[in-house]
Amino acid sequence: MFSRIFSKQNRALLSELVRTDFKLRYQGSVLGYAWSLLRPLMLFGILYVIFALVIKSGDGIPHFPVYLLLGIVLWTFFTDMTTQSLGSIVGRGDLIRKIRIPRWIIIFSSSISALINLGLNLVVVIVVMVINHVAITGNIFLLPLILLEIYLFALGISLFLSAAFVKFRDIGYIWEVILQLGFYLTPILYSMTIIPEKYQKLQLLNPMAQAMQDARYTVVSQHPKVITIARAFDGGWYTVIPFVLVGIALVGGLVYFKSQADSFAENI
Amino acid sequence: MVDDNTAIRVEHVSKTFKLPHERQSSIKGALINTFKGGKRTYEKQQVLNDISFEVKKGEFFGIVGRNGSGKSTLLKILAGIYSPTKGAIHTSGKLTPFIELGVGFNMELTGRENVYLNGALLGFNRTEMDAMYDDIVSFAEIERFMDQKLKNYSSGMQVRLAFSIAIRAQSDILILDEVLAVGDEAFQQKCIDVFEQYKASNRTVVLVTHDMEQVRRFCSRAMLINNGDVLAIGDPNNVARKYSELNIQKLNTADSVDNSAIDIRLINDQGKTSHTYGVNETVTIQLSWPLDLKGVKNIGLGVMKNSGELMFGVNTIGKGVQLKDNQLSSSIKLDLGPGKYHIIAGLFGDSRNATIDFRENGPEFIVKGNDKNDEEGLVRLKNEWH
Repeated sequence: MFSRIFSKQNRALLSELVRTDFKLRYQGSVLGYAWSLLRPLMLFGILYVIFALVIKSGDGIPHFPVYLLLGIVLWTFFTDMTTQSLGSIVGRGDLIRKIRIPRWIIIFSSSISALINLGLNLVVVIVVMVINHVAITGNIFLLPLILLEIYLFALGISLFLSAAFVKFRDIGYIWEVILQLGFYLTPILYSMTIIPEKYQKLQLLNPMAQAMQDARYTVVSQHPKVITIARAFDGGWYTVIPFVLVGIALVGGLVYFKSQADSFAENI
Repeated sequence: MVDDNTAIRVEHVSKTFKLPHERQSSIKGALINTFKGGKRTYEKQQVLNDISFEVKKGEFFGIVGRNGSGKSTLLKILAGIYSPTKGAIHTSGKLTPFIELGVGFNMELTGRENVYLNGALLGFNRTEMDAMYDDIVSFAEIERFMDQKLKNYSSGMQVRLAFSIAIRAQSDILILDEVLAVGDEAFQQKCIDVFEQYKASNRTVVLVTHDMEQVRRFCSRAMLINNGDVLAIGDPNNVARKYSELNIQKLNTADSVDNSAIDIRLINDQGKTSHTYGVNETVTIQLSWPLDLKGVKNIGLGVMKNSGELMFGVNTIGKGVQLKDNQLSSSIKLDLGPGKYHIIAGLFGDSRNATIDFRENGPEFIVKGNDKNDEEGLVRLKNEWH
């Protein structure tokens, strides 16, 4: 099964789609690929000035700039991947109507583009960590698992959105609103300590919030103000809820995508 | 399931599309329909009705039909892009996954980048494409342009590049939609050479077209579909004739008796069959018909331009020609402008309306222009300057 999915042909197609995507993204811009690093750096600069210096939403969390940046990078990855995937099946309609290729490859190539961007952005995070003298602990080895969790969550949602978008173009607008809502419900720009305790628990059931706080715990600081799901629920069984949600998103996305994939060519 | 000689077997394939009356691509619309108690506001359109046929290995198989007959849908089902509503398709050997040339070509990328991208769509990785790259470029004859963006290519160059990649596809069955409609004469000849090689290596080609000239020239067998049904299958000449009949019926051309038994040959001044003539050259048209067509008293002959104008018509009764047996020749000096023409001929009885046989689509021929370009127009009239 695995060897069939990643056959030589599929690997070749995947790499070529990702390559094309990258080439086209920075076409006609003078700085080209440098924008992959410049864009998040500049966005971070703005948010840093507003939230770390003016509003001071850090509430005394150590290394708040890194804390802030890591949150922004993870959220950017999630939005990049889901919004790019959302329109990707419709956007590649010319291919789907005229050639027999596995449909999932298109979603997969969008996800890899987003992963590459994540990689570049994490380089920026490392630079800021060094500048900020963040002490690195053994916990950092858990980070890849947390990234995997976010990836699988985003993948499940991407599969669902891209297939649904073929039939219902409203999905594009709805998802934009949901992302905007999610941006504030997820503790990206502020310390969770400013939120009443009972809402903290609710907030951490969202896989993005849970993963983001865990990532900050493993990478930035184990300070008590960095509230993770384990800390909020004190190790209760509720802590598995975000992971169950990720599982539901992934399986649901796969099943829905598979049920729709055969009729993409007719419906686009 | 599939025996050794069969490349494709199509068994009772039907395809139905659901066409919403108003396109249901909003959630509100979908919700409203749900609240209406699941009342469906789409209609079903049956595009293919229970189609069955076989294509043998090494065949050049043509699928013809009018616009909207279902031929492209059938092709997409063969290529695996659509799935059939009912029925099954069995194939032996690998099919090309595309039905058009240059699928996925991106105007913003260079020729070189497009070669690799298009190759990847056919399943080739970078190493394999590196090995083929030079051959592809030299076949397409566009070495100098490979580092330019595709949007700066002429359409002919794009097609040559696309075709040149497509023929590398390691498939046993090539499926093509209207591919020969583009490209100049020289390119078409190249295509034909490639198709001959395919034939020689026992590979199969399925071609969809509505150009009967192509069907007659290339196909070893053909199939006519109309409104989702197979109307005729077999000899390409018969299929092409059926197709013309179908078009004539649609055009409501009155009482034309086709399936004509009149045989028409075009002979040049060297005494050989030819379908290409120069301006002012003479063609000898040999007509013959079966002996059992009795009562022929008059024969009509005409030169039609393919665009539909009768350039010249003549009959025997008016010229006082006596008919002796079941054949007759006529020499015509082609004082015509360059273009494509065909012959029409009819056998008539005593009265003007008594048509015994009529051939609407006689053999085609081309009149080629000379290089001097000193004359223009549909015909070449005698002219002197004073």
